[in-house]
Amino acid sequence: MNMVSPVAVREVIDCDLHIGLTDTDLLMPYLPDYWREQVVTRGIRGLSLAFTRPGAPGSVRPDWRPAAGIAGASLESVQAQALDPFDTRLAIANCLYGGQALLNADQGAAICAATNDWIAAEWLDKDSRLRASIVVPWQLPELAVAEIERWAHDKRFVQVLILVSGDMPLGKRMMWPIYEAAEKYGLPLGFHAGTTYRHAPTGSGWPSYQIEDEASFSQAFQQQLLSLLMEGVFAKFPRLKVVMLESGVTWLPFFFSRIDKLWKGLRMETPWVDRLPSEIVRDQVRFTLQPFDAPRDEDITHKIVDQIGSDRVLLFSTDYPHWHFDGTEAFPPGFDAALRRRMTVDNPLETYTRLSEGLA
Amino acid sequence: MSTVVLEKLVAKPPAKLGIVDCDIHPSPQSMASLFPFMSERWRTHAETFGVFSPAPFTGHSLFAKSAPSIARRDAWPESGPPGSDLALMQRQHLDLLGIDHGMLTPLSPNPGVERNLDFAAVLASAVNDWQLAEFTDKDKRLHPAIVVPREDPEAAVKEIARCAKDGRYAQLMLRPHGLEPFGRRRYWPVFEAAVAHGLPVGVHAGGYGAYPLTSAGWPSFYIEEHLSTTVGGGPALATSLIFEGVFDRFPDLKVVFIENGFAWIPSVGWRLDRLWERNRAEVPHVKRPPSEYLRSNCWFTTQPIEEPARPADLRQIFDWIGWDRLLFSSDYPHWDSDDPNYMFPIQISSAERSQIMRDNALHVYGHRF
Repeated sequence: MNMVSPVAVREVIDCDLHIGLTDTDLLMPYLPDYWREQVVTRGIRGLSLAFTRPGAPGSVRPDWRPAAGIAGASLESVQAQALDPFDTRLAIANCLYGGQALLNADQGAAICAATNDWIAAEWLDKDSRLRASIVVPWQLPELAVAEIERWAHDKRFVQVLILVSGDMPLGKRMMWPIYEAAEKYGLPLGFHAGTTYRHAPTGSGWPSYQIEDEASFSQAFQQQLLSLLMEGVFAKFPRLKVVMLESGVTWLPFFFSRIDKLWKGLRMETPWVDRLPSEIVRDQVRFTLQPFDAPRDEDITHKIVDQIGSDRVLLFSTDYPHWHFDGTEAFPPGFDAALRRRMTVDNPLETYTRLSEGLA
Repeated sequence: MSTVVLEKLVAKPPAKLGIVDCDIHPSPQSMASLFPFMSERWRTHAETFGVFSPAPFTGHSLFAKSAPSIARRDAWPESGPPGSDLALMQRQHLDLLGIDHGMLTPLSPNPGVERNLDFAAVLASAVNDWQLAEFTDKDKRLHPAIVVPREDPEAAVKEIARCAKDGRYAQLMLRPHGLEPFGRRRYWPVFEAAVAHGLPVGVHAGGYGAYPLTSAGWPSFYIEEHLSTTVGGGPALATSLIFEGVFDRFPDLKVVFIENGFAWIPSVGWRLDRLWERNRAEVPHVKRPPSEYLRSNCWFTTQPIEEPARPADLRQIFDWIGWDRLLFSSDYPHWDSDDPNYMFPIQISSAERSQIMRDNALHVYGHRF
């Protein structure tokens, strides 16, 4: 790899990068006999998740769009487009494929498990800069826990990955076994933008356009973060870190003022929440940089960062191959050098403690 | 109920400003209070079958709220629920706080979610007539809102036309939850009628529709429901109106977001602008950056006021939204109502105060007063 600048070289940790799994065919070597036969007999293909459309302009940056197929599907393209140009020392690869959206939990578990095997063999074994998230069949928490335990020894897996909108609000106690396992093995829980479409994207139903669904994701993050807070997940699992992936960032100051005020008035309802929700979030929740959701305006960036009130909560991400910026400057204007350093190195290492174990 | 009510020290209101309160909830004593405004056939229906909405309890809301009827403890009259006694409302709210104009926002019964559409139309007419008879006829400061059976747009349009003949209705009031998102074409005849009759559309947060409050299903707690109106409801409403093309189709439509919060507006505007920039091909009917519609066609009520950890941040939020977009509301008689004398955690100038307390509302509703 080209050594560009001695300061920047191999410093960057990219906390959200997407590798593309084209179809179930690629998982065949990793599926047990029964499921391999099922895939063929029943044609279990085309499980790319519908909430993200590869053809849409925002889904793939124009210069990253391949002539055929989906972006980020080959190791060479990810190296050339996402790793080398950013002087990336480590990158956490998130693979969004359909295992998490299947209604049959056993089928979901099989696809998730094969996806993780594919990630390990086709990506992690081939480029030492890559780390990954374990995709888990959250349809049935006991199956998700088993999948976490299958990979817990492999320190290249640094996170448990779940979509933000699925069967039930994320804080519900039925989900807690997953959180217990994540905390036990030092794996942050990553919630990624997206939905299994079990429920309408908004409380008022199904919108007409994809742009509306995408707009709704940042509301989903706020509602699910609220669920985690109020159900008491952070009190029950005090060492658990939660990472909001592609949540948007600029809503955070507003969320803090709203939730802190409401909690003061309504804390009788959830007595186990015994301190300001914004403090809990600053301690245990992290957010990836892209999309930031603000105009390219230094003054606005400064004010939002200042209102967030902590330099610990933001994690650098390119969100490759999504189109949030051009060239290699992934930061919106207005982030000073000290904060960039925290976001590209210190905060990721503090959040994902497993990352340090893999560093020389 | 045995409740100790502490005497409240009330600061002398500043020199008579003539406040416009954009969210005052009147309530019928009971369903029977609406019977004089229904035919015998529907009185019998109401007594026999009652309201029929997608909710599990007959005498309780989906979530246990913070207080009975979500009300201030001191707002209970001798008999009937809070908001049902005009004299008490005058004494402890309108007169005390110097409110010149109060926008009535009746929440229950909600004809927008009544599943029997004929009964929904009857309920809407009854609520509309009852507001005049029990409040506006007796106190001209109180301006009624037209409520409609929104799921039957044809009937809704008729009801708007019927009420509009009486010039006292100041707005059309809708609720965000229904069978389809707020801006879908199904509801366009209703927006068309509002514009034709010069009626702003007030959308009051809350109420339950056909869908769970979140994209991951129903949450457990009232605090989640309450916050959903601002982090979910307001943004979803704005997104739907803009991207479904309502403002491009009806450029004169004025929409007042009532109790949907306001601090989310800058962030949502920025996000929608980014998405629009990339995805204009999907919504070619949307001609301007989304945040522009928020500044040209939308207004937002203030209650519950934001209280950031650093109060000065509130000024920044107002600056980002635009001081001309904000309308004072008390949400009387609810538990979290705001008092105009104490609500601002920051110093604001008398010019800014006049804007939020009176002038912006006169700009939106003044032609109806």
